Amino acid sequence: MKHTLKPSQYAVLIAIMLTASVGDSLLSRGMEQVGHVDLHHLGLLWHALFNPFVDAGIVLLIGFFACYTTALSWADLTFLMPATAFGYVVIALLGRFWLHEQLSPSRWAGIALIVCAVGFVAGGPSRTEHHELDQMDAGVGR
Amino acid sequence: MSSQTLHVWSAILFVAALAVAGEVLIAAGMRQLGDLDDIRAHSGILGAIRAVLTNAKFVVGALCMAFNFFAMLFALSIADLSLAAPAIASLTYIGNAIAAKLFLHERVDHRRWLATAFVAIGVLLLAH
Repeated sequence: MKHTLKPSQYAVLIAIMLTASVGDSLLSRGMEQVGHVDLHHLGLLWHALFNPFVDAGIVLLIGFFACYTTALSWADLTFLMPATAFGYVVIALLGRFWLHEQLSPSRWAGIALIVCAVGFVAGGPSRTEHHELDQMDAGVGR
Repeated sequence: MSSQTLHVWSAILFVAALAVAGEVLIAAGMRQLGDLDDIRAHSGILGAIRAVLTNAKFVVGALCMAFNFFAMLFALSIADLSLAAPAIASLTYIGNAIAAKLFLHERVDHRRWLATAFVAIGVLLLAH
């Protein structure tokens, strides 16, 4: 029942945490420069494509989507969720130690909760085994 | 509840529901395919990409996610970023856990429920 992940699979999990958080940060940094986009000013989205922060953010988020899809091929959705949430912790800690932002007590509490969540899930199996699906997998020929 | 509040919360629920539908469909598609590493070993990286892109559940799920992206832009234009972003993230995590149990038949044990609750509350706290 208990799955041990390969080192390459841990690398994918770390890539998910980093690409999601850094990609989101770059995108929001870029969109701040582009300005407010609403339904009446959709043309601004075109301008956003020429912003280097937005471009870098899009590349990272495409990377995130590829890693996430790969991870879903060998792990449960409920196993991966705390990993994706850990990206928020990475953003908060980057802000604290790199940009020297102050973190309020409630944000520290949020960080602690997400870290605990990762701990809970990491202690269990990464994948629910389904008998009929195992047979299907065997049919694919592994 | 004012009509504006109702409007904002419907948008938030709609965006979260789209995200849950997208993630669960993609997860179902990938579970159907099996370990991508094995597929890549067998038929190369292009074969693996082709296997993913020709999986109907994956494609519909990815469309939901794309639609979710634009719905999110719309939701953020009518709601405060500090309300909408964490509310959507939190509801998506809770919805994902329920949908994963119901539709993907994942074994969501007490550890995972606890993790889901911690993540949902943690994301809300981090936004402030």
